[in-house]
Amino acid sequence: MTSLPKLTERRLGLVIDLDTCVGCHACVVACKGWNTQSHGVPLSDQDPYGADPSGTFLNRIHTYEVTPADGPAQVVHFPKSCLHCEDAPCVTVCPTGASFKRAADGIVLVNETDCIGCGLCAWACPYGARELDADEGVMKKCTLCVDRIDNPTLPEEDRIPACVRTCPAGARHFGDLSDPNSAISALVEERGGFDLMPEQGTRPVNKYLPPRPRDTWTEEVDVLAPFLEPVAEDARGFLGWLDRTLSKL
Amino acid sequence: MHPAPSLIAFTVASGLGFGLLFWLGIDATPPSGWVGLAFYLIAYALALAGLGASTRHLGRPERALKAFTQWRSSWLSREAWAAVAALSVNAFHAAGLVFFDLHLPALGWLGAALALGTVFATSMIYAQLRTVPRWHHWSTPVLFLLYAVTGGALLSGRVEAALVLLTVTGAAQGAVFLHGDRRLARAGTTLSTATGLPGPRAFAPPHTGPNYLTREMAFSVARRHAEKLRLIALALGALLPALLLLLPFHHSLGLVALLSHVAGGITARWLFFAEAEHVMSLYYGKSQRT
Repeated sequence: MTSLPKLTERRLGLVIDLDTCVGCHACVVACKGWNTQSHGVPLSDQDPYGADPSGTFLNRIHTYEVTPADGPAQVVHFPKSCLHCEDAPCVTVCPTGASFKRAADGIVLVNETDCIGCGLCAWACPYGARELDADEGVMKKCTLCVDRIDNPTLPEEDRIPACVRTCPAGARHFGDLSDPNSAISALVEERGGFDLMPEQGTRPVNKYLPPRPRDTWTEEVDVLAPFLEPVAEDARGFLGWLDRTLSKL
Repeated sequence: MHPAPSLIAFTVASGLGFGLLFWLGIDATPPSGWVGLAFYLIAYALALAGLGASTRHLGRPERALKAFTQWRSSWLSREAWAAVAALSVNAFHAAGLVFFDLHLPALGWLGAALALGTVFATSMIYAQLRTVPRWHHWSTPVLFLLYAVTGGALLSGRVEAALVLLTVTGAAQGAVFLHGDRRLARAGTTLSTATGLPGPRAFAPPHTGPNYLTREMAFSVARRHAEKLRLIALALGALLPALLLLLPFHHSLGLVALLSHVAGGITARWLFFAEAEHVMSLYYGKSQRT
């Protein structure tokens, strides 16, 4: 069971656009909310209103600064969750068979009733996508909202992961990355989607889209800018007197 | 990585126990009767205490038996099987020696091989992790096996073998300390490959407090203390016991040599965890050592 499937029929995953993510953390909240009240044990918090709050999350947003050679520094918000790798090292290290990859759609899941909480899968994941829940002692990870995408009782538009459904910037996309004709595959093709840590050999399904190059202003910055120039370089009258007097002190 | 006391106790104690079982197994004239019973009790106490400590690391220890199911793919599962096989085979060998004064060399050799196999499987739990470049190296199983046979030689009172092994283990540990510092850089994983961004700087973390990931995997030890602890590990683990064994042999000196070696081994194992850099910590802006 902890061996990886040779081939998955589909490769469901996310495409995350680093250009449009605004770093609002709405996906973090939506993920925590959905996954705390549905599939599996809740995502617990420890000391949530105290001095040292801590908790389990399946999706976290880092923020980085990059400074291009010929422009000002840019801030890039970087959402990170399970990448549902094709060669998922977290699956093969599992001693109990709790950690597995579905042959039908490639989603990596944890069977929580078989998990002994040894933490080895979290060590084997290079991305920090798995967190051991401190209350339940079992491993938690992104399920790609299997209980939404497979749920026929939900309206069609809600059968996507909670993070994708909630993103106000349209920075998160969900689909089948094994289908070259899917919208999500076209997006990866068009924008040059890339893998995180390719040298780790995990072959992640999720792809990231790079920030687009920013506009550069070599010409006039703004037609209104000249009107904002300081009008009086040398102060006269009372202010001029004050300036001269204060300078002499 | 977080140096969990349960994992240090597990690897050190079980290493010593299985190391002693190895020497008792290959002994051409093994101790029998009461003396044999004493040796085997020490070996089993250490091995079982180590395995018991490892279950304290689990979030759900009551389900520990499920760990026997995935021996095809998981080194942790293989380690569980190897430990049970080694303890069972050596128990038969021990029972023959202790109760019937019967020595079956073939059974002893099989038990010794299984004891070393268990230590090898333990080491592979760590060596298999590409995410921790300092561990992902053939020297990890070599060093685990060297510590086990060295500790076993000291426990079973083999002075000549222990002297040679203390020298080899000390030299190997020193080399691994130095070489290990270069392994993260060699692995080629940087914050840039982790994010796909050119020359990024960690600007703001996802959360203001610590979490499971930072507690478990972004543990970092001050370099200053690490170097002192490395010298302590080498001095107590190899140098002092070797010098004590060079003096005219006395059992009290042997005991001090053993305790010193174990203290050095615990220090080295603490560093094994504390110094290991997990590539995930790069996301949190942990800088690389060069």
